[in-house]
Amino acid sequence: MKIASNELQALQPARPLAFDVGRLRGDFPILARRVHGQPLVYLDNAATSQKPRAVVDAEARYYAEYNANIHRGLHCLSEEATAAYEAARDRVQRFVNAARREEIVFVRGTTEAINLVAASYGQRLRPGDEILISAMEHHSNIVPWQLLCERSGARLCVAPIDDAGQLRLDEFERLLGPRTRLVAVTHVSNALGSINPVAELVALAHAHGAAVLVDGAQAVPHLKVDVQALDCDFYAFSGHKLYGPTGVGVLYGKAALLDAMPPWQGGGDMIRQVSFARTTYNDLPYKFEAGTPNIAGGIGLGAAIDYVDALGLDAVAAHERDLLAYATARAADTPGLRLIGTAAAKAGILSFVVDGVHAHDVGTILDRAGVAVRSGHHCAMPVMERFGVPATVRASFALYNTRAEVDALFAALARVREVFA
Amino acid sequence: MNPATDDLRDLYQEMVVDHSRRPRNFGRPADANHHAEGYNPLCGDRVTVYLRVVDGVIEAVGFEGSGCAISTASASLMTEALKGKTPAEAEALFADFRALVSGTAPGGGAAAALGKLAVLAGVQEFPARVKCATLAWHTLRAALHDEAEPVSTE
Ligand SMILES: Cc1ncc(COP(=O)(O)O)c(C=O)c1O
Repeated sequence: MKIASNELQALQPARPLAFDVGRLRGDFPILARRVHGQPLVYLDNAATSQKPRAVVDAEARYYAEYNANIHRGLHCLSEEATAAYEAARDRVQRFVNAARREEIVFVRGTTEAINLVAASYGQRLRPGDEILISAMEHHSNIVPWQLLCERSGARLCVAPIDDAGQLRLDEFERLLGPRTRLVAVTHVSNALGSINPVAELVALAHAHGAAVLVDGAQAVPHLKVDVQALDCDFYAFSGHKLYGPTGVGVLYGKAALLDAMPPWQGGGDMIRQVSFARTTYNDLPYKFEAGTPNIAGGIGLGAAIDYVDALGLDAVAAHERDLLAYATARAADTPGLRLIGTAAAKAGILSFVVDGVHAHDVGTILDRAGVAVRSGHHCAMPVMERFGVPATVRASFALYNTRAEVDALFAALARVREVFA
Repeated sequence: MNPATDDLRDLYQEMVVDHSRRPRNFGRPADANHHAEGYNPLCGDRVTVYLRVVDGVIEAVGFEGSGCAISTASASLMTEALKGKTPAEAEALFADFRALVSGTAPGGGAAAALGKLAVLAGVQEFPARVKCATLAWHTLRAALHDEAEPVSTE
């Protein structure tokens, strides 16, 4: 008797394939290298993640085999390049579950995405209008709004966070008012790891008639994002934190909003017709993509999304949750170590200070043990001020990290204590 | 022994750790007549250097601020080294010190004039930390020139 393959599958226990970190690590060439004679333990993933060979190869293949400008040439190479670049846009659309591909604007990164919204959408702000952000924002989700406030006469309001590094929902709601035009919040804090209840924030903001931009730079590598389920108006992220290349990122915007917004940069590709009397603009998303974009980067980002999709973000998230729980438990057993950011809902970030030792000295000593972390203010100086520390040490996890690497981190921290004994 | 570990021992010598823990001349000397602020935006280190300069001689030096072990120890050692020097001698000392920690000193060694400051020679193996070691000195120079704007290492 012949059994249909789908029946065979049904006989298997309904368990996903084990997440085989050992095998995955082989996909990332850089993880084989040594630093200062030690195996590299890369725990600075919130700054930028490492790239799988598939991403490196996708970029190289574009340059080696079909490098050409896009949307312009009638020749074969240009058609191939255009098709690859636009296919990457489709992948991004599916990845964040946008309703339409036109809602995916390629930009340089999260920072540029936010600046685009501030420059374009921001033109509708008037004196006395309010922009509400949170106290855990990255500088890139603070400064563009301050600049917009200077230009428009709008006012910046800041929703505070509690001692665990969680957004104060009551305060957030209290600060939403009839003048609130725009809410800009991070999905996951890069300095603390806190995950914000974005869908809830969006519902509250919309009830007050405010549009919402979500900074997803630290979220997309770690949790499944569905922009339609969140119902946010804008969602920004960077390719390089998602195992993709630097210099490429995404602004998602609801089509109706993007359509109504003026262009922010002028140039080639963003126009339909140019004459000295009058210029008409291109359709979405090209209206916001002036000039030759980062073609290789876009293609590389598509490859990165394919890579993550094949593993499944849920499996990645479960693995990182395990690492965070393990690291948090080890931190609790480490005298003199204080965690900064202890939210109930956290993504894979362990931010901490060591009693009597500056974060920079910790970073230097860890580096000599091959352990790469970030020490500093993490472009979130207001967060540092809130917790009364000049800087923290931040270990941040990715899909290829292991418990053994967490052990290496804590072994290196024991060295810190020796040096400063 | 692991060379990476030896580098660390060279950097965090006992005297460096001691000066970072118990900085000398911490605070504002009485009758200070020059001061300046320094800031390293990368790590958040802040230092204020105070001087009392009388008849072309640095009579008293003090500093305040918070920073990493290297910047605090460097500031502390600097205050000890400057007492009794003229501003020109202080500038010359800074030039020698900077050459030492950035690894550009002739022969790589410490100029004799540096004295105890030579304990920071280990910084040359840590390029990212040179700014920590020189922050207080840049601030000193600003204080000598009465610069009102804080000095930034960036
Ligand atoms: C939360 C958050 N927002 C924004 C950014 C800025 O991203 P990019 O530098 O890629 O534009 C970062 C990256 O550091 C981040 O962590």
